[in-house]
Amino acid sequence: MFRNLLPAVVLLGVASIPHAAHAATPFELKSVKLDLPDSDKMFPDGPGSDVINNNCIACHSADMVLNQPLLSKQAWAAEVNKMINNYKAPIATEDVGAIVKYLTAFKGAK
Amino acid sequence: MAENGAFYRTMTRRQLLAAASAAGVALSKPAWAQSMIDLPLPGGPGARQVTTSFPQKGPMILQRTRPPLLETPFEVFDKGVFTPNDQFYVRWHWAVIPTDIDIGKFSLTVRGHVNQTLSLSLNDILHGLPSVQLAAVNQCSGNSRGFFQPRVPGGEWANGAMGNALWTGVRLKDVLDKAGVKPGAVQVRFKGLDEPVVADAPHFMKSLDIDHARDGEVMIAYAMNGEQLPLVNGFPLRLVVPGWYATYWVKMLNDIEVLDQPDTNYWTKVAYTIPDTPHASTKPGETGVKMIPINRMVPRSFVTNIASGTKVKAAAPMTLRGIAFGGDCGVASVDFSIDRGKSWHQAQLGKDEGKYGFRQWQTQLTLPGAGEYSLLVRCTNSNGVAQPDVPNWNPAGFMRNVMESIDAIAV
Ligand code: HEC
Repeated sequence: MFRNLLPAVVLLGVASIPHAAHAATPFELKSVKLDLPDSDKMFPDGPGSDVINNNCIACHSADMVLNQPLLSKQAWAAEVNKMINNYKAPIATEDVGAIVKYLTAFKGAK
Repeated sequence: MAENGAFYRTMTRRQLLAAASAAGVALSKPAWAQSMIDLPLPGGPGARQVTTSFPQKGPMILQRTRPPLLETPFEVFDKGVFTPNDQFYVRWHWAVIPTDIDIGKFSLTVRGHVNQTLSLSLNDILHGLPSVQLAAVNQCSGNSRGFFQPRVPGGEWANGAMGNALWTGVRLKDVLDKAGVKPGAVQVRFKGLDEPVVADAPHFMKSLDIDHARDGEVMIAYAMNGEQLPLVNGFPLRLVVPGWYATYWVKMLNDIEVLDQPDTNYWTKVAYTIPDTPHASTKPGETGVKMIPINRMVPRSFVTNIASGTKVKAAAPMTLRGIAFGGDCGVASVDFSIDRGKSWHQAQLGKDEGKYGFRQWQTQLTLPGAGEYSLLVRCTNSNGVAQPDVPNWNPAGFMRNVMESIDAIAV
């Protein structure tokens, strides 16, 4: 199943003749330090947009939700409850209704 | 069959604005400064940015910024069987992802039901164990989810949540042997450096059965396509589970725990489960179906050199080319049909780079007269399993592998 690494080692050795000293250690890793981009995208204005903006962009950017297809009200309610029960989203019970209403208005299946 | 093309139209600004307002997308940033793509997802929204703002990555289809979900633009798959690292798709669950990794400080722990707990440095792994290499396809369980009908929630991918790389690393078996697995071990659980945003939420972890973990094929990779992994693809170490869906290929792997009890963690037991039915298929709304953890991949094939809707010359030879993979074994044949599946013809297979990798295929064909044709391709794997001609459906949008079709207009 596995190919022997030897040919690769030999090839690398040949390719790096000026650095013959490194031929015995063909592969080295380099430390990485970088920045990942973030998103400041908010949910479009409308009734309940402040509630969804307060509750649904902590763990993932809003595009996660905006790129979803149109879903039924039950499906949106199930998603919000999944966030609370499975992923421990700290969402106040009294906000759930407003969020589901917003999602049904903006992304509800007709 | 799947009625979608391999390539997607790049949108004009006007189309983008129309699509954006229809989808209710807030265009706060100058989004049209970047190029856009329109994925043909039934019912939409299909508009996505093509972003170049992720470090170590080239142009990628932006499915989600944080944590990143980046899709490979489909034309990349026409260039060869190995997907370049800088356009290899990216998928994370939780947004706390370290962005500063010092190779001198990183260590991989092996613990649990073992004789001796290990803490391996990268030096121990690169220079203390035999190196192995293997070509293998890494495909998201939900690749092509956006084509499910009825649509389902999740990452709304087109067909680009997959890639093939030549992985270099060490055998997981050798690492486990070094620690000494105790009798009674049943599973091995893998965890990476990423962490949940909320403290009591489930850390992303996946488990394999002990015999699978020790089969000599599962490996810990420190290189893909001859280079260190891009950070967002799992630098410095990633589990490689040949033939299995990518959910098991834990990124930034730093913890291996041998278990003497079956794993009950959320991501193994609850998430990433499929109906225990043919093609993991159920009917929408069906309940009481036995669910099992997703596992082996199934065969797929794609046309990569022409887009659906392309005009071609009638009664003249043309080349059709693409990629295929067997899933959990090699490709036995790729067949195509120009008459909606009445008759099939075998395509030529390209060089075999390893049974778990992509295999290129190619053929010459002639569309006899003017008109619209739908060209079908079908992969049969070396276990004799062929792609089905009807799409599967399940509520999580997993394991799509219906045979693909593209439209060609002969003029
Ligand atoms: C505590 C963290 C957290 C919060 C807060 C949160 N989510 Fe999620 N969400 C997740 C995780 C984790 C996933 C799965 C991640 C993945 O698959 O990439 C997810 C996935 C999703 C998905 C994709 C479908 C799925 O079920 O996997 C949707 C849609 C979604 N969330 C909507 C929402 C909405 C709406 C809210 C606000 C009510 C919200 N989320 C708040 C953690 C969270």
